[in-house]
Amino acid sequence: MRHTLAVLVENNPGVLARVAGLFSRRGYNIDSLAVGRTDNPAISRMTIVVEGDDRVLEQVTKQLHKLIDVIKISDITADEYVDRELVLIKVSAEPEKRGEIMQIADIFRARIVDLGRRTMILECTGNEGKIRAFEESLKPYGIKELVRTGKIAMLRGSRYTNINTNGAREDE
Amino acid sequence: MEKTGAQIFVDSLMEQGVETIFGYPGGNVIQIYDALYDADINHILTRHEQGAAHAADGYARASGRPGVCLATSGPGATNLVTGIATAYMDSVPLVAFTGQVSSALLGRDSFQEADITGITMPITKHNYIVKDISELARVVKEAFYIATTGRPGPVLVDILSDVAAARTSQEDCGPVNLPGYRPVTEPDPEQLNRAARAIARAERPVIYAGGGVVSAGAHNELRLLAELILAPVATTLMGLGGFPGDHPLALGMLGMHGSKYANFAVNECDVLIAVGVRFADRGTGKRDLFARDAVIIHIDIDPAEIGKNVEVDIPVIGDVKKVLAGLIERLEKKLPGAWQEKIQKWKKEYPITYEENGRLKPQQVIREIFKVTNGKARITTDVGQHQMFTAQHYTFTRPRTFISSGGLGTMGFGLPAAIGVQVACPDEIVFDIAGDGSFQMNVQELATAVNYQLPIKVAIMDNGYLGMVRQWQELFYNRRYSYTELINPDFVKLAEAYGAVGMRVTTPDEVASALQEALDIPQPVVIDFVIEREENVFPMVPPGAPLNKMLG
Ligand SMILES: Cc1ncc(C[n+]2csc(CCOP(=O)(O)OP(=O)(O)O)c2C)c(N)n1
Repeated sequence: MRHTLAVLVENNPGVLARVAGLFSRRGYNIDSLAVGRTDNPAISRMTIVVEGDDRVLEQVTKQLHKLIDVIKISDITADEYVDRELVLIKVSAEPEKRGEIMQIADIFRARIVDLGRRTMILECTGNEGKIRAFEESLKPYGIKELVRTGKIAMLRGSRYTNINTNGAREDE
Repeated sequence: MEKTGAQIFVDSLMEQGVETIFGYPGGNVIQIYDALYDADINHILTRHEQGAAHAADGYARASGRPGVCLATSGPGATNLVTGIATAYMDSVPLVAFTGQVSSALLGRDSFQEADITGITMPITKHNYIVKDISELARVVKEAFYIATTGRPGPVLVDILSDVAAARTSQEDCGPVNLPGYRPVTEPDPEQLNRAARAIARAERPVIYAGGGVVSAGAHNELRLLAELILAPVATTLMGLGGFPGDHPLALGMLGMHGSKYANFAVNECDVLIAVGVRFADRGTGKRDLFARDAVIIHIDIDPAEIGKNVEVDIPVIGDVKKVLAGLIERLEKKLPGAWQEKIQKWKKEYPITYEENGRLKPQQVIREIFKVTNGKARITTDVGQHQMFTAQHYTFTRPRTFISSGGLGTMGFGLPAAIGVQVACPDEIVFDIAGDGSFQMNVQELATAVNYQLPIKVAIMDNGYLGMVRQWQELFYNRRYSYTELINPDFVKLAEAYGAVGMRVTTPDEVASALQEALDIPQPVVIDFVIEREENVFPMVPPGAPLNKMLG
């Protein structure tokens, strides 16, 4: 099963290498890892999607906790959360096909962010299913290049993951 | 007052109470060495950086205080790697400092540049690269704090050479601030209650004690608990000495070369109280058959050890000493019964012995070392048959007296570790029980022992083979001795060339007097024991077999 972890880390040099190295040397499978700083510039947040049963997940979490730079880990898989991924797709777009592609973009609420003589770049955000469907519908036109950010996720409602909470907490 | 980075470094070590460091100089630590020249810190110059790391490790294992080593950048730093990995696998508090090229040269594959923080990431508890003098004092403080608290382990600090040379008038380094590091030491009362209830119900309890008992200083609590509930105690290799080996409840070592009675007891117990162990494969044998009828209670300071290798029924996280004290409070005295009788019967039936046939046997030498030192020596070993013979035939009664590379199994550990042990314990007898193969991996450290007049005794178990590998070849590869025979130098002359005393023993009746003579010489002594060439270590659980299926 796939799990989504929200991981807060100190923004120290080498922290990404430490986390990624831990996964590879212990033989855990990372599906995706997205990282960026939070509102506090000293702290970054990683969203890690990892494949494994409960035992593997328990070990992943415990081993991650051992890293000195890791401040907090919440497995939010079982909770209600919003997740998004951003994809940029450069697709062949001969003039006569542009109309169709723009229709597809419309359906997926994607945006056209570049128009070349024979290509277009489309930007789309959404959860994994939507991104996959979007990619599938553009395939027939010929995808020249594709880049995804990896998934980021946030709990719904008044619950949140920050350094002052113990795991994912409700506001008092 | 203005200070250089090197002075801050030295002052920070003093503040940590560091008395001795083991090191080797070079261009990118020359500034630090210049500051050490005037410092009130004892520096031991080893002959190889690996020796410095093992010596610092031996110092830490014997004293319980953090060991400190220092090396220059690039090759100096990479030479520490095996020593750091050794300390990591056995959870030894070690702080390793390395010089690094200057900021202007960093990242350009400059002369003697190696990305040592990158290299040591998987074998350190944590590591740092210090690029700014304002961070230096805080980082040193944090490094010692991390190395010595929670589950101990090695920390590496890489210092840019221009940081060591820079000047600052900044005084205070501020408090240690590690929001992601909060080791749990206080056990949860509910976990303690659950464990105590299971132990109270047990009819066939066994305690399985590891290196965590020794490093937590929990040996007294362990003995009290064992006596209270009359549980026999098996130890891991790292746990030897954590429970008195001459105690009626002692089972000795468990696992691949453990005693039959330890292996039988664990195999048949109904409650296994695992204390400060990590269920390494050498201890458990085939994992899914390990203690398969038992409720497993796992006590450890590192939550990540729970469920890593075997499934645990009742975990208790916390400082082992506090957990054991908590259990003792909750339990009542038990009376001996059928289980204790069975254990005694096994102990009588399957004692650890060896066959005496008039030739010189390593087991005899080791038993004799125990005798002539009244069991009071600090013993280091290398890795191989001699290490297992030592674990089996020397009776360790006190913690921190058996010092050996367990997790990594590092040949070449014994001699430099003995140097660290002798520095930590100047008034005690230190014996390095070495293999002829292993000894040659760091033999150059004889020069260090002679240089600093450390009266270490080295007992080489000289079988002319990489014995343990040869044993596997004999048992599992049809006696095809592929590259395990050694053509050795004359170890007596070698010792003499280094300025140590060399002796040779070839028959059983010379052993005791030679050992006594060596003890009377206040210098490093190397004794070449020319032993039976194809002696094997038994009992043996073949790799991948369950604990009750032993050879020999
Ligand atoms: C650095 C290193 N290289 C290789 C090994 C693999 N190994 C384990 S035991 C052994 C033989 C050791 O021979 P020796 O030191 O002569 O001891 P003996 O087994 O004969 O007592 C070897 C090669 C090791 N443990 N460490």
